[in-house]
Amino acid sequence: MKLQIDPAVCQGHGRCYDLAPDLFGDDEEGFGQVLGDGIVPPEKEHESRLAVANCPERAITLTALTKTGTRES
Amino acid sequence: MTVDDRFTRDYRDRDDPPLGVRNEIITGPVSDWATDFSHLEPEWAADPYPIQDDLRQRCPIAHTERFGGGWLPTRYEDVSAIAYDTEHFSSRAIIMSNFRPPPEIAPIGTAPPISSDPPFHHDARKLLLSAFSKTSISKQEPATRAFCHSLIDAFADQDVVDAARDYAQHIPMRVIADMLGFPPEDGPQFRVFVENTLEGINLPPEERIERMTALSDYLLDQVHDHLDNPREDLTTYLIEAELYGQKLQPAHVVGSLILLLIAGIDTTWSAIGASLWHLARTPADRRRLVAEPALLPTAMEEFLRAYAPVTMARLVKEDMHWRGVDMKADDWILLSFPAANRDAAQFDRAGEVVIDREINRHAAFGLGIHRCLGSHLARMELRVALEVWLDRIPEFSLADPAAVEWSTGQIRGPRVLPLRVR
Repeated sequence: MKLQIDPAVCQGHGRCYDLAPDLFGDDEEGFGQVLGDGIVPPEKEHESRLAVANCPERAITLTALTKTGTRES
Repeated sequence: MTVDDRFTRDYRDRDDPPLGVRNEIITGPVSDWATDFSHLEPEWAADPYPIQDDLRQRCPIAHTERFGGGWLPTRYEDVSAIAYDTEHFSSRAIIMSNFRPPPEIAPIGTAPPISSDPPFHHDARKLLLSAFSKTSISKQEPATRAFCHSLIDAFADQDVVDAARDYAQHIPMRVIADMLGFPPEDGPQFRVFVENTLEGINLPPEERIERMTALSDYLLDQVHDHLDNPREDLTTYLIEAELYGQKLQPAHVVGSLILLLIAGIDTTWSAIGASLWHLARTPADRRRLVAEPALLPTAMEEFLRAYAPVTMARLVKEDMHWRGVDMKADDWILLSFPAANRDAAQFDRAGEVVIDREINRHAAFGLGIHRCLGSHLARMELRVALEVWLDRIPEFSLADPAAVEWSTGQIRGPRVLPLRVR
């Protein structure tokens, strides 16, 4: 699974980096940033889903990685 | 060194001040909440949720002729659509009252960036974002925690304390005074400024103007003090900040100070008070949080959802038919995030307080470009205030439920909250 934040939609509420600090950080202005390559290790899948489900702006997507590329989960 | 002469002449003195529009002040009991709503009547202050739930079922966008005309959407999807739609809804005024400021007040407005529309809004907001990021705000946490302890120390051996007056209100006042570089002992004046700005909406216009002038007088004094003695705080930062290659206009500096002072105080005061009120009357939740402190961040979001303190306002830009109603230019929109947060179409068990609610996409801090600038500060203050209280006073209850008083207007929280603490 891979996380992405749409920077045009994120408003910096910070729910993602509150709920999943291993997966998200904040930039200088408080907007959410995906840490590293956004690939979610299996043991962090619950946290990543919490971040997606709690984003007030619905700015985060979690996509399944497949051999042929990515698709919406 | 050049002299900063922006503040030498009072920027408020103008030969041709643009005029706004005043309307007749209508007060008194509401005849029908669907056609005559008023957020300033005691019934709304005491308990607005049954009113909002009823309107959501049968309306769902209520109307009033008061305040010169306005609308109250009660569904999450309508509140969020308006928050996102800056094309049709303006933030030129964000306190629903009997006065509409003139169009000439744009783009700065009375309290930028909350009173600004795009594109100016983006640039004015960008100036302040980094000072209010979670990372920046975390520096305030140790002093906030120590201050909360000192407030509880001061309870001494009283059996009953007023948690709104003696605890909740002081926390945001002290923190914002520190951040702005204002004297900490000015807190009691801040309370008066807050009440003047956000309550007393139906007072005669002359009285409201006089009260707002007292606030800008105070802030101009603080600006002059900072011009003489620049220091590491937000006031000096705003005085020195630049936009489009120039220092900010005096109305922008003072307006942003108004926002930071007023918006940061009774909002968080309300959130702390409402959370303590809930825990005082819900022993099962209180005991569970004392036993499971790690649940507090989740519980706190639920308190913010269920008792969201802040309602905003917008002005309709032009006549239009919108989701079944005919809106007129300059009609008010009372943008109730509290009503959105209790919409059963958006939240399971919307009317209940579920302190372990894992999925909580609430709108307490607004949605879209005006997301509360101070949300990270508010969350830090609320978390620390509740952590310290529950640690020091794990057993407490409402001393007199009938004595609890809630504020009137767009910011809702307890203003009198007697709690039995021993």
